[in-house]
Amino acid sequence: MSIKIEQLSFYYGQGTPFETKALVDITMEIKRGDFVGIIGQTGSGKSTLIQHFNGLILPEAGTVYIDGTNIKDKKVKLKLIRQKVGLVFQYPEYQLFEETVFKDVAYGPINLALDELEVERRVKYALELVGFDYSSVKDKSPFDLSGGQKRRVAIAGVLAMKPDYLVLDEPTAGLDPSGRNKLLNTIKKLHENNITIILVSHSMEDIARLADYIYVMYQGRIHMQGTPHEIYKDSEELKRIGLGVPQVVDIMKALKARGMNVDTDKLTIEGATEEILRVLRSKKDA
Amino acid sequence: MLKNLTIGQHYPVESKIHDLDPRVKIMVTLIFIVSLFLINKFQAYLLVFVFLGLVIKMSHVPLKMVIRGLKPILIIIGITFVINLFMTPGEVLYQIGPLDITREGIRQAGFMALRLVLLIMGTSMLTLTTSPILLTDGIESLLNPYKRIGLPAHELAMMMTIALRFIPTLMEETEKIMKAQKARGADFESGNIVRRAKSLVPLLVPLFVSAFRRADELAMAMEARCYRGGEHRTRMRALLMVRGDYLALLITFIYVGAIVGSRLIQI
Amino acid sequence: MDPIIKISNVSFQYSQEEKNALNGVSLDIQPGEFVAILGHNGSGKSTLAKLINSLLLPTEGEIIVKGMNTKNDDMLWNIRQTAGMVFQNPDNQLVATIVEEDVAFGPENQGVDPVEIRKRVDDSLKAVDMYEYRKRPPHLLSGGQKQRIAIAGVLAMNSECIILDEPTAMLDPSGRKEVLQTIKKLNHDENKTVLLITHFMDEAVQADRVIVMDGGKIQMEGTPKEVFVNIDLIKKFGLDVPQVTELAHNLINEGIMMPRDIIKIEELVDAICQ
Repeated sequence: MSIKIEQLSFYYGQGTPFETKALVDITMEIKRGDFVGIIGQTGSGKSTLIQHFNGLILPEAGTVYIDGTNIKDKKVKLKLIRQKVGLVFQYPEYQLFEETVFKDVAYGPINLALDELEVERRVKYALELVGFDYSSVKDKSPFDLSGGQKRRVAIAGVLAMKPDYLVLDEPTAGLDPSGRNKLLNTIKKLHENNITIILVSHSMEDIARLADYIYVMYQGRIHMQGTPHEIYKDSEELKRIGLGVPQVVDIMKALKARGMNVDTDKLTIEGATEEILRVLRSKKDA
Repeated sequence: MLKNLTIGQHYPVESKIHDLDPRVKIMVTLIFIVSLFLINKFQAYLLVFVFLGLVIKMSHVPLKMVIRGLKPILIIIGITFVINLFMTPGEVLYQIGPLDITREGIRQAGFMALRLVLLIMGTSMLTLTTSPILLTDGIESLLNPYKRIGLPAHELAMMMTIALRFIPTLMEETEKIMKAQKARGADFESGNIVRRAKSLVPLLVPLFVSAFRRADELAMAMEARCYRGGEHRTRMRALLMVRGDYLALLITFIYVGAIVGSRLIQI
Repeated sequence: MDPIIKISNVSFQYSQEEKNALNGVSLDIQPGEFVAILGHNGSGKSTLAKLINSLLLPTEGEIIVKGMNTKNDDMLWNIRQTAGMVFQNPDNQLVATIVEEDVAFGPENQGVDPVEIRKRVDDSLKAVDMYEYRKRPPHLLSGGQKQRIAIAGVLAMNSECIILDEPTAMLDPSGRKEVLQTIKKLNHDENKTVLLITHFMDEAVQADRVIVMDGGKIQMEGTPKEVFVNIDLIKKFGLDVPQVTELAHNLINEGIMMPRDIIKIEELVDAICQ
């Protein structure tokens, strides 16, 4: 059970003078239960890639398998693929359109032709999963909510389809620090609820904190891949291709350069604190 | 991607025609349109061919691009042709059921279709060789004298500019919202007309909300940049007529003179 | 020196809301200063920016921009010329279909002579490093580039003060870097007064002075060092501190001796490796 991509390439404006390579020879596999990060600059191809995951774009060259099904197969119902792989776009609050939160979240389940009872069950499940009190929010107009709340309603709208995989494109863009932390905790909770998460971001801090495995996209290709530790080891390369690295990585590198014998593969503040304390204390003991 | 579409099909290359003052180009185009309606015999189209051919040659716009402009109105040309073909009384050549094809009909249909084709090719030369912003400037400047009788020339031009600026942004946004709703199982393609119209609600509502929000923010940004309508406003790029512009006008007048002349000659 | 912006005891209430968006805010900004205003969404920081530009008028108190009261209608256009604004969404503040036309929009509105506009547009575009892009349509530029065009638009109005309302919130890391570098350069080289509204700590650290807002009031004020020392208070206001400050704080709590006001990597490294 996985999202499996083999030798996928994609060109925009093929045959015109504006032809651009958006994806070149991508091969990857995301298994059920994974928490995967995809990072890359704007224009690195990550948005084009994730639209292949649920068949919004059908592969021109290469194959995409969702749980073993080739999505280009003529018999495949794309609606079912889109139910399986939920996709939350950047600034998803701009796609809200209904009069009430309930109706908006119900849009997906209704499109799946579920019965009334099941729709209601799904809406409740989704709204609670993103941290709302169901009865107090369901009759509100989505347009009266705060920015962070709107975004969570929009995410609930995708969750109500009960996807096995959830792809989130820059879910924290434009939120303030507390809104961001809240949302990241929600995403973590979704993963604990057995939803496979694919987090697309250019925010290194978020990805370093949450993902188990990272793909780095650059100019339409997978430029690097590995665990966060493996990826951030080469922080110079990340900077070269226009990505930031968490400040902690820079701190540990700077300490090492000054002759302190620290292990530089710490990605979180907690990890770094422990590591510095370990070295300082062992020095004192010696 | 939708945002790469060029609006108004401007074809940006360097040429004498591109360099002309937009006001001159607008006037020449208007005169050209009038000239097409002055023509009363096939032979006079030769003059139009020469004139238009010269303009296309000088503009460095490939003929293919000019002809491509005809595509969207092929149906209209077709209908015009057919109506004229069957509806003109005269000497009957063929009969298809109750419909007669007359000698005069063939002549008239060809005449009208040719007029339409030339009309479209001529006007598309204006948009092909003039950037939308220059076109707007030209229109504003030409309408300026009518401000005194209450014509909001500046406001019209500003509206056009903003529309041109935001069309690509809104197209991109439409595409995005459409995809987002498709990801929630929306179906914009199948079903009958009522169903399809209904399925557009989840697309149109967010689009309107977003357009209003944009308008609001844009209005504020414009105010912050001291925008207060056309009064006291100056322009960075003043339109200036140079020798080439007068020459272009002169050639156009000679052309129209010849067309008028052709009406008088009996062949 | 007289402050270029003097905010005295200003309150503001949006007509359809019950609570005040701003509550008795007083703040002086000196010419040439780089001030960062921090606060979570809804803390009143954007309202403050609009008040300075006279896009909104205070319900109570007054704001004096370079000697002009924002309530004085006759001075409206002078105030907006003195304190130019850059907004959050790069797409919704560019007016024209060509970059240089957009930069010219401000001075055109001010009725500046065409020759002078040309010069200002060229100079402004060079100042933000976008001169080569002057003939491009803005919708094909990156977010960071669009924001630099917006900044050039303010420069072309000869504004002494630039107010930026979360200019980097919608940008990616490289776009944010571009914009911040541009802001710092203008503050440093052209002596522009900069008022940067943001919720990114790494940007606020670079300012001369940091103001923290919450609930429509100024809650903290001082140099970045003075402000970020109070980690717990900052977090209470829904904000973050730079990772290096938090790390130093953790180490101090574990009994390691070092200054409390560390905000830069070098400072921490010096403190540990002395």
